[in-house]
Amino acid sequence: MAGKIKRLLALGAVVLTTAALAWAGSDDQPKAGGAPKPVITKAAKGEQCVEPNDFMRRNHMKVLLHHRDETVLEGIRTKKYSLKECINCHASEKTGSVAASKDDFCVSCHSYAAVKIDCFDCHSTKPQGSMAMHPLNAETAHYAHKLAAQADRKISAEDMAGIAQ
Amino acid sequence: MSDMKPMPETSPNSPERRRFISAATVAAGVTLVPGVMLIEVAHGRPEDQPASSAVRWGMLVDATKCAAGCDECVSACSTENGWTPVAESKHPKQAPQWIRKLELQDPLTQMETNLPMMCQHCAEPPCVDVCPTGASFKRADGIVLVNRHTCIGCRYCMMACPYKARSLVHEPLNDTQKPDVPRGIGCVEACTFCVQKVDRGDGTTACVEACTAAGHNALVFGDMNDPESEISRRLRELPTKQVRADLNLNLGVRYHGI
Amino acid sequence: MASITFREVEGSSLKYWLLFGGIGLFVLFGFLSYLYMHHHGHVVTGMDNQIVWGLPHVFAVFLIVAASGALNVASIASVFNKPMYKPLAPLSAILALALMLGGLLVLVLDLGRSDRLIVAMTHFNFTSMFTWNVFLYSGFFALVGIYLWTMLDRNVKAYSKAAGTAAFIWRLILTTGTGSLFGFLIARELYGTAMLAPMFIIMSFAYGLAIYLMVLAAAYAWTGRPLGDAVMLRLKSLLAVFVAAVLYFVVVYHLTNLYFAKMGSVESFILRDGGIITTLFWVGQIVIGCVIPLVILLTGLGKQRTWIMIACFLVVLGGIAQMYVTIIGAQAYPLDMFPGMTMKSSFYDGVVHGYAPTMPELFLGLGGVAIALLVTTFAVKVLRLLPANLDDATVAKLEH
Repeated sequence: MAGKIKRLLALGAVVLTTAALAWAGSDDQPKAGGAPKPVITKAAKGEQCVEPNDFMRRNHMKVLLHHRDETVLEGIRTKKYSLKECINCHASEKTGSVAASKDDFCVSCHSYAAVKIDCFDCHSTKPQGSMAMHPLNAETAHYAHKLAAQADRKISAEDMAGIAQ
Repeated sequence: MSDMKPMPETSPNSPERRRFISAATVAAGVTLVPGVMLIEVAHGRPEDQPASSAVRWGMLVDATKCAAGCDECVSACSTENGWTPVAESKHPKQAPQWIRKLELQDPLTQMETNLPMMCQHCAEPPCVDVCPTGASFKRADGIVLVNRHTCIGCRYCMMACPYKARSLVHEPLNDTQKPDVPRGIGCVEACTFCVQKVDRGDGTTACVEACTAAGHNALVFGDMNDPESEISRRLRELPTKQVRADLNLNLGVRYHGI
Repeated sequence: MASITFREVEGSSLKYWLLFGGIGLFVLFGFLSYLYMHHHGHVVTGMDNQIVWGLPHVFAVFLIVAASGALNVASIASVFNKPMYKPLAPLSAILALALMLGGLLVLVLDLGRSDRLIVAMTHFNFTSMFTWNVFLYSGFFALVGIYLWTMLDRNVKAYSKAAGTAAFIWRLILTTGTGSLFGFLIARELYGTAMLAPMFIIMSFAYGLAIYLMVLAAAYAWTGRPLGDAVMLRLKSLLAVFVAAVLYFVVVYHLTNLYFAKMGSVESFILRDGGIITTLFWVGQIVIGCVIPLVILLTGLGKQRTWIMIACFLVVLGGIAQMYVTIIGAQAYPLDMFPGMTMKSSFYDGVVHGYAPTMPELFLGLGGVAIALLVTTFAVKVLRLLPANLDDATVAKLEH
């Protein structure tokens, strides 16, 4: 009987400590600004994504998944919703990749949202003719002005709230 | 049959995304009667059309023209598809090889034969039969592929393949892949008949291009279902064999001179 | 018929926890090996594009085969109505479950993409023997679980025979499936035969019973419970019959192959020129796994407990050697794509493939064995699986 009481007491202590820590944590975080917000770099090419931004933020995985099966199994190679085209537009100026450094387009958001992707176990993270090495290859030369004017943009809290909904 | 459009030009959302191989194909498609045209369309297939079973891609290997010591086809494949040539690999026994040169010799007559060996793109592929998840599959146009999204790396297909055509990727590739050719650690892979080139409408593969460029002309790629294609014509003229014909797998690669 | 009292193992002694901890250590080693292999890829193993299934598969298939064999004692009790075997049945069922779990874990942790196990559970290709095995394994857990329940819970005891019969039939199909994993392969000369299915079944009888006997004797010796000779001698005679049957199947299999000219070279590889494979076949599979155990079990030596244990241990060793020869040996021999021709290439065509397993593979395999033992050790502590007394007098009463 004594043993049981001791165990209960120990359990109680653990629960209380955890709760206290959680309380302290929840109070603390907003002041510190939370986790660093993802960096959403504007795409090098083009003005507008294949769908409105809000749609893509919520549904890019669905359209990619659908397209992936069509491409692999049936050989349908349309460019809309193709991962390769995502990479062509969204590869970062600095690394030439969507997933090489922590601020790159795919990684930035995915690490913020803590969603693991394994696309890049197999897929190249760089566009055809690798922009990193040849920022102005034949395919991308006409986007020279875009590359120059490109600027990093911090995503706003409202944007993230929109995604979270 | 009125709903069968010769060309999907009328698709509403994106006419500019259509890419045709050549104007000639388009012209042929428009002018010919529908039945014949289907085949023509499949050759220069628009990118929003699925691969068609009207086509069966195949290869003819003329071993009598395959030169000893030449490995142009192998290095072309490695360059096109991004796999490390075995000579440069730190782990040669574990390095994937999509295509390799075989040197055969008859111990009695001393006759030597050279030929490239790769996935034979069987019509009845044992790798597809044994794959537990269905990742190993045959596309409508006869190309046998691995869907890396569902491959779990069990290697049962490698146990089942009579041609040792498949390799497991044993180590991380660290973003060295070609954008057109995804490949990755823990998945099984093999010759794809350069499916990215076929879908682009090149109508040939890297190994065939290299062999032709080197002047050997030992390889011919094409549609075995099209009686007018070069490969069909050559297959009609040349006596060819299938490797392990006893297994009756109906191969997409046929050899002459073995 | 006299009733038998089942009692949990006390399991509070230092010796119990030492055993538990020791086995646990091997489970840990196995898990670390898995993490290592998963992180670096199969490049850190001895497996390559020639030997695609290696030591982990040797252990995994051995454990899966032994699992269905371990159920035999229970099957004899409920399907064939032998009262003497009834008290032995619960341990038999739990051992079957534990071995199956160990084997499956090794199998799935060796996958190139073990992180995608969910894909294997959601995508099925019904022409694949592997897919059928996924269902056979799941069904095995369910049926043996239900069977165990009917043995432990008085309320459902009436269903015990039905459950036992279902589990027995299922395990025969399951081992047919395991043998057919290899039997349904056309590429390699040594596979692609219906012989493999029945051969695997008879091997499962032998391996499962040998493991069962060792676990039973160890459990009774270490808990100080009486275990009479009547039980041991009956089971060891059964083991002798199974081992003899294994030997018979192996002889017929190789004799048939030797008769066909096209199999001549691969058979001479296994039987004469295969180096380590040949040694493992003759010394491991035949002498250690069959001949010596038969001599022990059929002569006066077989009356002594120690010698029975040695025989069981040798059967298990021989079993692992047999799996090695069956799985590695068949891959080591090069594919004969152009019969009658010699072959050379950068992909090791035409040459015998060597295989040197690495530490992680060995420990992953041993980890599977350890999981099976750990589950059994824990189960006998929390469940009433072992009769309190199995001395000759108690057992004799059961027969009347």
